[in-house]
Amino acid sequence: MNMGTRIIADMYRDSVALMKISSSVTLLDGVKQASCIMATAANLELLREAGLIHEDPGARPNEVLIAVEAETEAALAAALDAAEAELRADPIVADENGVTSEPLRSIEMALDGNVEANFALIATPGPFAAAEAMKSVQLGLNVMMFSDNVSIDDELALKTQAEQAGLMVMGPDCGTAIIDGAPLGFANVVRRGEIGIVAASGTGLQQVSCLIDADGCGVSQAIGTGGRDLDSRIGGITTKRAITALGADPDTKVIVLISKPPAPDVANDVLEHAVATGKPVIACLLGLLRDKAGKTGVTFADTLEEAAHLAVTAAGANARAPGGLIDATLPGLNDDRRYLRALYSGGTFCYEALTMLGTTLDGVHSNTSSVGIQTLNDPWTSAGHTILDLGDDLFTRGRPHPMIDHRLRNDRIMAEGEDPGTGVILFDIVLGHGAHEDPVAAMAPALSAVPKHDDGGPVLLGFVCGTDSDPQGLARQRDAMVDLGVRLADNNAQAVRTAAAILEGTK
Amino acid sequence: MSDLFGAPLSVINVGLAQFADPIRNAGANVAEVEWAPPAHDEEIARALARLINRPEIEAANQTAFGRYLAAQPTLRGVGFARDVLDGLGDRTILHSGPPITWDDMCAPVRGAIAGACVYEGWAETPAEAETLAGSGEISFAPCHHFGAVGPMAGIISPSMPLWVIEDPVHNHTTFSNLNEGLGKVLRFGANSPDVIAHLEWMRDVLAPALAATLESLGDLELKPIMAQALHMGDEVHNRNGAASALLIKRLIPAALDAGLEPKTLSDVVTFINSNDHFFLNLSMAACKSMLDAAHGVPGSSLVTAMARNGVNFGIRVSGLGDSWFEAPASIIDGLFFPGYSTADANPDLGDSSITETCGIGAFAMAASPAIVQFVGGTASDALANSRRMAHITYGRNTAFTLPALDFMATPAGIDIRKVVDTGIAPVINTGIAHREAGIGQVGAGITHAPLACFSAAVTALAETIAD
Repeated sequence: MNMGTRIIADMYRDSVALMKISSSVTLLDGVKQASCIMATAANLELLREAGLIHEDPGARPNEVLIAVEAETEAALAAALDAAEAELRADPIVADENGVTSEPLRSIEMALDGNVEANFALIATPGPFAAAEAMKSVQLGLNVMMFSDNVSIDDELALKTQAEQAGLMVMGPDCGTAIIDGAPLGFANVVRRGEIGIVAASGTGLQQVSCLIDADGCGVSQAIGTGGRDLDSRIGGITTKRAITALGADPDTKVIVLISKPPAPDVANDVLEHAVATGKPVIACLLGLLRDKAGKTGVTFADTLEEAAHLAVTAAGANARAPGGLIDATLPGLNDDRRYLRALYSGGTFCYEALTMLGTTLDGVHSNTSSVGIQTLNDPWTSAGHTILDLGDDLFTRGRPHPMIDHRLRNDRIMAEGEDPGTGVILFDIVLGHGAHEDPVAAMAPALSAVPKHDDGGPVLLGFVCGTDSDPQGLARQRDAMVDLGVRLADNNAQAVRTAAAILEGTK
Repeated sequence: MSDLFGAPLSVINVGLAQFADPIRNAGANVAEVEWAPPAHDEEIARALARLINRPEIEAANQTAFGRYLAAQPTLRGVGFARDVLDGLGDRTILHSGPPITWDDMCAPVRGAIAGACVYEGWAETPAEAETLAGSGEISFAPCHHFGAVGPMAGIISPSMPLWVIEDPVHNHTTFSNLNEGLGKVLRFGANSPDVIAHLEWMRDVLAPALAATLESLGDLELKPIMAQALHMGDEVHNRNGAASALLIKRLIPAALDAGLEPKTLSDVVTFINSNDHFFLNLSMAACKSMLDAAHGVPGSSLVTAMARNGVNFGIRVSGLGDSWFEAPASIIDGLFFPGYSTADANPDLGDSSITETCGIGAFAMAASPAIVQFVGGTASDALANSRRMAHITYGRNTAFTLPALDFMATPAGIDIRKVVDTGIAPVINTGIAHREAGIGQVGAGITHAPLACFSAAVTALAETIAD
């Protein structure tokens, strides 16, 4: 086997661009594996683990390293050349006179050419994101920070500075938003309508907006705040600003708030803000029990499904009734197959499942912490009922998120399939911009490898979070899942209830 | 936030290109930034972010740039270094670029210094001069520390004649040595007896003749000549044919009036006429004059000097006093004269990058398509260079316009923040010196100022700005 590396000095490419090049080079004849990375210590370690490099290639963090393993010397050289050529291919932009224009290299440069800009979408490595956001705010731009790994001190400083400037900072770690109908980050293509959403949770926002769409309603604005906005240290600065904006927005008739449990004083403050808008407010603060949350003027939802239902109803439309199971006879299971194995790509889905099942199933394990949940000693091996957030840093370190790259979850699906104790394998499929272009195709090999339920295997149970207008197409993905023998729920809450009912049936 | 919902969404997308199309498809405007980590350094990125759109910096830059524009460099005369440079010691030799010790100097600079020692009569031979120079008895300083600039080695010793340029607006004087012509010359480190003899001729014949001529001519404003030369195909750094001709046009009648000996007149005119770079040193001193006017404004992020000593590249910044911010000088990738290659090239050398600092030279490359091939590019590269530099400069100098770009004013006032934020390095046209002393110019090319100078300056400027 022939291995080789090449260093491209003074070049930066984002991880997605590098992955695309890695995968296209891997497809070349005679190439076993190939990877292009920014040569950071962490990335070099990954290549070492993958067996693509053995000794130190001598690359620095501001250099791109190409590493290839190929069957022949010629294939190796061709692959290295192909990767380098692709890296060096500069997009050439020409105006109508054929004059090539300069690529925009900075926010300020972009603003010089477009003084109307009012929003910056920042998705850089975390350590640099705070700096880019600070520039944006100082230049008078509202900001969405897709980036994570931003310190809470930086977040507070940014949000405070933005507040003083009359601007909004969404994020850090804000995966999704829909502003003026434009999907930002990992967003679904949903109808425009009268329901405004403020969410500290990306998948929560996606689920609720998709369910609203499924009921024929639409979204006016969907504002992500970042997961920590309702932390007492941040105090809901962005959430409150977003609520105020939705309150003043004539297109918004109903306001939906979505988050994991907020700090109690912050929750109170935020809810008072929401009530003060005078508009119907639906609050889905997962894990915050309804009776404890009581607040006049706010309707509480226990699940994302219920939040969507209440919002659609408040908007005056007919909503599908929440609370049921899948519309089919529940499959039975052998006595040995007693355990739930929920493998989520969406963190909020995992959290919702834990809040729904933590007190009803015995011995639920997870990689995330929640009341009544046992932490897995080894997150790579399930124990009893296991509910995993595979988008957790623990699993994604050095890898793309499981919504983009299904390999990690596929491996886990096959591992659960081989476990004779597995009763139900539950999973989410998230569509929309930014997600994998064809999740079913990506998952099909793993799903097909699981022993068939008819042959005594576990039940495959899933749900698709998406809309028909999404690039992947909701109906197409659902149909393909059904063809693979997957039982489909409409949403996470229904899937979780169904899983519990199937397992209950085996007792 | 009312802005956000009230105005049409217009997004600047930073980092992940795939996010742009969905936004665009939804009907919103998207500008895509091809982002790279500023300076590849988190701390520098943070320091930079603090400086973006800071009111005190914007105000300081406005002041500095206003002074740069207002400067009116005027040729007043020729004088000897020991007479016109304040505080120049008896045994001080000035060199180009940032400060450097004898031990660290490159061969062409050492050769030129040795030649200057012989010229001054401090040593009999270049070998003896080198021993003297290494003994500590000679002090060395950058030309820039005395308001002066010199091309290549940039050597100025006490009895060398200098151009004296005054800016009456800011009552400030700057200087440059006189161009020796082409071939074997001190500025490339040559120091043979004929080189010294030529220097002596410049001292004894040329300088007095020019002094008398200028006396007869009166004040000569230099910006109009530079501006006109830009319209005649010069970029007034690596190509000075038009500017030199314009200068000669002014000098000849005055020289005829100055009562010079016919032989002197003939020799002087022949010498000036034989050198298309005769104007270069005046262009440099005029640029130094404009940039000195902009220097010393607290908080200003504008670059007031870029200079190379053949080992290091250094910049100075208006708001950062006398500090130099340095990085290793690069080897220039250019076109070489027959028989020479990159292996023969000395790293970047000379104060002549003061022209680019001032918004001409490579910044005005669009004015000089003819030079573009010489420095290894196409005519459209020249236009692109001038356009690209506009992204790292504070403003435009309407005194210098570019016909090929519809008389666009040249981009000027390099802003260290923009350089670091965009990663666009200032472009420089330059000659290439042989790495050995005395061989001379071996080629010419385009180079870029090292980004590390600018990121170091950003860090320093951030330290001067309170939170």
